Amino acid sequence: MSSVAEQESAATEGAAYDGLRLRGLTKSFGGFTAVDRLDLDVPRGSFFALLGPSGCGKTTTLRMVAGLEAPTSGSIELAGQDITRTKPHQRPVNTVFQSYALFPHLTIFENVAFGLRRRRVREVRTKVEEMLELVELTTHRGRLPAQLSGGQQQRVALARALINEPEVLLLDEPLGALDLKLRRSMQIEVKRIQTEVGLTFIHVTHDQEEAMTMADTVAVMNAGGIEQLGAPSALYENPQSTFVANFLGQSNLIEGTVIGRSADLVSVDMHGVAVSVPAVRSHADGAKGWIGIRPEKVLVGEPGEELDAPGNTIPGGVVTDVSFVGVSTQYLVRMPWGQELQVFAQNTGRNRLFRTGEQVELSWRPEYAFLLDHDQDASAGAQRVDAS
Amino acid sequence: MSWIRRNLVLMLGLAVLVYTFVPIFIVVLMSFNDPRSRNVYSFGGFTLDNWLNPCLDPSMCDAVVRSITIGMAATLVSTVLGTLAAFALVRHRFAGRSSTNLLVFLPMAAPEIVLGSSLLALFVSAGFAGQLGFRTILIAHILFCLSFVIVTVRARLAGMDDNLEQAAQDLYATPAQTFWRVTFPLVFPGILGAALLSFSLSFDDFIITNLNAGTTTTFPMYVWGVAQRGVPMQVNVIGTLMFVVSIAIVLVAEHRSRRQRRAALT
Amino acid sequence: MRSGRTGYLLLLPGLLWLLLFFVVPFYSLVATSLYDPAGSDFRGYEMTYRFGNYLDAVTDYWRPLVRSLMYGAAATAVCLVLGYVLAYAIAFKAGRWKNLMLVLVIAPFFTSFLVRTLSWKLILADDGVVVDVLQTLQVLGDDGRLLATPVAVVAGLAYNFLPFMVLPLYASLDKIDHRLIEASSDLYAHPVVGFFKVTWPLSLPGVVAGTLLTFIPSVGDYINAELLGSPNQRMIGGVIQSLFTDANDYPAAAALSVILMVLIVVMVLAYVRRAGTEELL
Repeated sequence: MSSVAEQESAATEGAAYDGLRLRGLTKSFGGFTAVDRLDLDVPRGSFFALLGPSGCGKTTTLRMVAGLEAPTSGSIELAGQDITRTKPHQRPVNTVFQSYALFPHLTIFENVAFGLRRRRVREVRTKVEEMLELVELTTHRGRLPAQLSGGQQQRVALARALINEPEVLLLDEPLGALDLKLRRSMQIEVKRIQTEVGLTFIHVTHDQEEAMTMADTVAVMNAGGIEQLGAPSALYENPQSTFVANFLGQSNLIEGTVIGRSADLVSVDMHGVAVSVPAVRSHADGAKGWIGIRPEKVLVGEPGEELDAPGNTIPGGVVTDVSFVGVSTQYLVRMPWGQELQVFAQNTGRNRLFRTGEQVELSWRPEYAFLLDHDQDASAGAQRVDAS
Repeated sequence: MSWIRRNLVLMLGLAVLVYTFVPIFIVVLMSFNDPRSRNVYSFGGFTLDNWLNPCLDPSMCDAVVRSITIGMAATLVSTVLGTLAAFALVRHRFAGRSSTNLLVFLPMAAPEIVLGSSLLALFVSAGFAGQLGFRTILIAHILFCLSFVIVTVRARLAGMDDNLEQAAQDLYATPAQTFWRVTFPLVFPGILGAALLSFSLSFDDFIITNLNAGTTTTFPMYVWGVAQRGVPMQVNVIGTLMFVVSIAIVLVAEHRSRRQRRAALT
Repeated sequence: MRSGRTGYLLLLPGLLWLLLFFVVPFYSLVATSLYDPAGSDFRGYEMTYRFGNYLDAVTDYWRPLVRSLMYGAAATAVCLVLGYVLAYAIAFKAGRWKNLMLVLVIAPFFTSFLVRTLSWKLILADDGVVVDVLQTLQVLGDDGRLLATPVAVVAGLAYNFLPFMVLPLYASLDKIDHRLIEASSDLYAHPVVGFFKVTWPLSLPGVVAGTLLTFIPSVGDYINAELLGSPNQRMIGGVIQSLFTDANDYPAAAALSVILMVLIVVMVLAYVRRAGTEELL
């Protein structure tokens, strides 16, 4: 069952997709639909992240791909073969579990060798030693999982799955149990290993920073479906829904009325100020919409000051809160229509600091703004302080 | 003074522990006793006779052998039935789960005398009044061991991470391989513990047995019988042996798990 | 969790055993308690729904019944005090000797129950050391004795059921976070106050489990009463046993058994409700 053979057979079939393809995938538990008619293509060899809040259906999707959960309807195709009803032990798919699920009664060596032994692969010893070297655990081969630290256990879980050279490797929040510092270094480590082995990785996480750091394609999931899919930078710079705008980083969303549309630009009246948004960044067809702008794209200055942002200038703000966080200063600015906007000013040394109560003007370049559908909830996907 | 205050609780705890060993000390001592007469139960002098002739009263050794036989049979049946039931209760969905749990719990909570009289009432109503003996004792012992096995194995199973079996399947293990390579080795200590518990419960039971034994005599019933007439010192030999064998089993188990842990370190 | 037939198949043999030899016998017991007492196990009994058997049983045997409950309660109280000290010492003071001490707690109880109790008979004997010392100290009179007194029976019960108290107590004490006790002393609680405000309430589940596990078997036991006591210390278990095997009065014996079971269930429910630990059941 080498991946080369699979590739060749896929090639002879011609048009067959060589990655993972989900079509109309649905999973209901009683009356609750965890995954709702999901369509997804994961290209071979990519590092793909499923990002979403808990309960969005990302783990259920992963478990259906692994075969640990049977879909209610829909299909799963891997390298052109339908595996929807295949048993988990017959799928060329391996999982790194959130809890690692290392076998507590087996040594590290035997844990890593488990899959090879079940498939009666030869030269188990050499392969396991190679894999232990890759994850830098050669000296721990004789120990039991309980004697390893969290980070080491995580690497064993990774090695135990990787050694089988699966078509797809599934990672279910594998770094969730680690502390922040270790998590950062493991993110880089896992990314390095993926580049080295070149397998398809599907990484499930609720941590947007982790998804953006590691994956080359991110799919943002919400309520059982995919909100938006793309490269991390594309998702961040041009979100297509309020959920993505709020879940991936932070956004200021301001109500506005569309006053004109041309081929390149959409003009919007925003509480009496006319602003424009590039047509390619407009995702609203109605008469109203949410103007979106990232806090770090907003410039702040004294009233009448010449800011490096020809285009949208909004006067009449009052600073209500200042937090100095080192690399930047974060302001809350109350606008004439009552809304408080967030502004992150880089501490380049060129800008002066503003104090609470000062009158300011905000401005941003039109090409950074985006326009979202007014029917969507402006607070969807926002991380509330009391929820964490 | 402050040392006493700091260690007062520990000292009191150790005193309680010592107190629990006083009767054991007497039992061991009496197993080497050379009694002056059969009716005087006091230390008459040191001898190895009791240990060299444990079966001076052959009916005692018959009773011991019978208790061991019943204990092994009851352990075997209750461990198998109980383990199967524990798997069903933890791993499978079915109707009437809470009443089943109650049914498992009640035999452990009911006083032995009530369990014993119920069984006797059943056997007599069913017309087995004249046939009380080995079989009725065995039925009773399996019954009261069963609940303990179910509870012990169920606890072990419930404490096991579900993901382990899924991980095994994910790593190409067939359902049978998953069971024998992962589930069984992890549950086995629980099953072994349940079996040892069953054996000692069965071997030591008197109240339920006494009601349902007819003319058959187990070791506790033998002791009960001779308690009125004068106890042969060999009873203490058996008591000492029970103590020593149990301790040895516990120590071996402890040693094995410690050695495993140490071997794993190198 | 899997559904389907396998679960039922796995459960079936064990469940059948419990139904056939626990539920059905209890029905037989209740039925037997309503038989006409004129019968015998060889001639057979007649079902006359004679509820008067219960009244007769209570009238004839209320003394051993009440005595059993009192001895059981006394033995449980003694166990609670001794067991709490031991469990507390193991949980908080034993350090690395914890496991060894736990093994030592159960070790003495690997020896036969009857042999152990006979050993107590020897310790408490009239010419034994304990009686001698107590006589010298004038606690007992010159011809005072311990055997054939309630003290001996309660002491025997308390000794034999001690592990049933220690283990659940230890389990709940061991779970208590040390920092809670430190927090209470940080908040100016005297150690004794800290114990009653923090440790004791948190150990209540263990106290409830331990007292039940000690009380129920103590009440039903008759080995201690028969070996260490006299006919004046007879307990209800002994009465039931001899009604069955010596007097052949099955209806009376069965009625007493049912009464004992009902009394215990009622007391346990009332106790558990008062202690607010229903979830233990």
